[in-house]
Amino acid sequence: MSQTFTKAMARNIFYGGTVFFLLLFLVLTFDTTRALPARDNRAALTPTVAHGKAVWEKNNCIGCHTLLGEGAYFAPELGNVYKRYGSKEAIIGFIKSRPVEGIPGRRSMPQFNLSDKDLDAVAEFLKYVSEINAAKWPPNIQG
Amino acid sequence: MQYKSQAVAKPYFIAAIGLFVGQILFGLILGLQYVWGDFMFPEIPFNVARMVHTNLLIVWLLFGFMGAAYYLVPEESERELYAPWLAHAMFWIFLVAGALTILGYLMVPYAKLAEMTHNELLPTMGREFLEQPTITKLGIVVVALAFLFNVGMTVLKGRKTVVTLVLLLGLAGLAVLFLFSFYNPDNVVKDKYYWWWVVHLWVEGVWELILGSILAFVLIKTTGVDREVIEKWLYVIIAMTLITGIIGTGHHYYWIGTPEYWQWWGSIFSALEPIPFFMMTVFAFNMVNRRRRNHPNKAAVLWALGTAVMAFLGAGVWGFLHTLSPVNYYTHGTQITAAHGHMAFYGAYVMINLTMISYAMPMLRGRTAANSERSQVLEMWSFWLMTVSIVFITLFLTGAGILQVWLQRFSENPQGFMVVQEKIALFYWLREIAGVVFLIGLGTYVASFFVGAKEPEALPEGAAASA
Repeated sequence: MSQTFTKAMARNIFYGGTVFFLLLFLVLTFDTTRALPARDNRAALTPTVAHGKAVWEKNNCIGCHTLLGEGAYFAPELGNVYKRYGSKEAIIGFIKSRPVEGIPGRRSMPQFNLSDKDLDAVAEFLKYVSEINAAKWPPNIQG
Repeated sequence: MQYKSQAVAKPYFIAAIGLFVGQILFGLILGLQYVWGDFMFPEIPFNVARMVHTNLLIVWLLFGFMGAAYYLVPEESERELYAPWLAHAMFWIFLVAGALTILGYLMVPYAKLAEMTHNELLPTMGREFLEQPTITKLGIVVVALAFLFNVGMTVLKGRKTVVTLVLLLGLAGLAVLFLFSFYNPDNVVKDKYYWWWVVHLWVEGVWELILGSILAFVLIKTTGVDREVIEKWLYVIIAMTLITGIIGTGHHYYWIGTPEYWQWWGSIFSALEPIPFFMMTVFAFNMVNRRRRNHPNKAAVLWALGTAVMAFLGAGVWGFLHTLSPVNYYTHGTQITAAHGHMAFYGAYVMINLTMISYAMPMLRGRTAANSERSQVLEMWSFWLMTVSIVFITLFLTGAGILQVWLQRFSENPQGFMVVQEKIALFYWLREIAGVVFLIGLGTYVASFFVGAKEPEALPEGAAASA
């Protein structure tokens, strides 16, 4: 770089640019926060759903699955599993029926031995997530 | 080594390499589980192995960053470290806390670990990369604060350079942004929104400042190019990093319930994110070409150039590949993401750590500037083995990802996730083979610390005759 472009100018671009875009980011965050109530399905956020999220986290579900596309890519997307399976009962039935020793040669979900309360809560949580407005993602029911 | 207290960096580097080996071993387990579904099941299910793999990566990179700071800050500040004893104490605290956390993942079911550590008091567990028990997270904060205090005081009391200033900004940002890991609302959209303030603003923000300053330091030392020139480059690179990267966070806000305008902000700004990485490549090659001397540590120069190139390819090119929202609509959460993640982390953060270790370790072990010729040759072999195999891992995962997108999301009759996984198994096998080669490369790397250790130091090119 030539002498006309000095270190001081580079420094000023760094500080000025960083502060400007940080503030812009905060403005966008503020606007997003205002827009969220219409999109994030918070009306469905019952104590059961909150408990379901705790169950989801406590069993590290994100370690294999994605939720709205984020997580691990070892097992199916669960953001729309409620729609794919059609009911809470189907979800609960699947989780409950996992064999303890797995399936020979194949991937299998562990048997988590969840209580009925936990099972209902985690299914309710997945129902809540499926009703978040995620801009028409995923592209189809397969996730 | 100019200052005695720089020696505290050594255990940090050794721990980093040790944990790196662990990370790769678990990576191979994961790769195998992709094609041999019940491998180690139910003892070590996939989610546990993945936690170990990613958490070991984060912890060893942090060990490396801290070691790098402890090595370069005294030299830049032209004084001893403020409190070497504190650096030693924090080393052991961090190592023990890290080891206990990893053992916790492996020894007890995760739900049990959550109960044992009273996650319910302040629930922060069970989110990707932030799986550590809350108590471990608090420990990380304590270690980070003590570290920042130690390094910060050294800088304040000594010479202030752009390298240390940028490093401190990066490290302070790292610590501050980590605090968002304690915010875990019931609202999934908000949870995800601020989760990215840790994850994205780390790796596509403040960590790049750390990367830039370490790279600048090593280039100043190995090329002898005027500091003024290098510091100007550093400012321009990190300016572009944050100008593009902060709003670039938007590329994670397309499909998580946030407003659709993020598709515009995220696409435009993250499309510019390769620029700072490209500049870094130009910068590194320029400085080496304009070098005023031939440094005898050729391996370190190779790592420095490699970092610049691979960070551009992994973070820049492979990031751009799927960052535009119309593309990301189909690729989001597929093996494409995994492909990008592997090369970006290796190219940017693994390699900058190995660059610094390669530069500093000879001095920390009593050499004047470099390892013996034989040791360096082996180290450069490990460079190529690991780098070429990560390229292949990335290519195979990209192949898997393209097929996955096609079969599961794009074709007229979309197929189920597990059906598709079986159809693309060949790519997972190839990835696993590339992973084995990576492990061989890593073994070679470790061996390079022992082979030729008793032989005389390598001399700079052109100096052989006079010696």
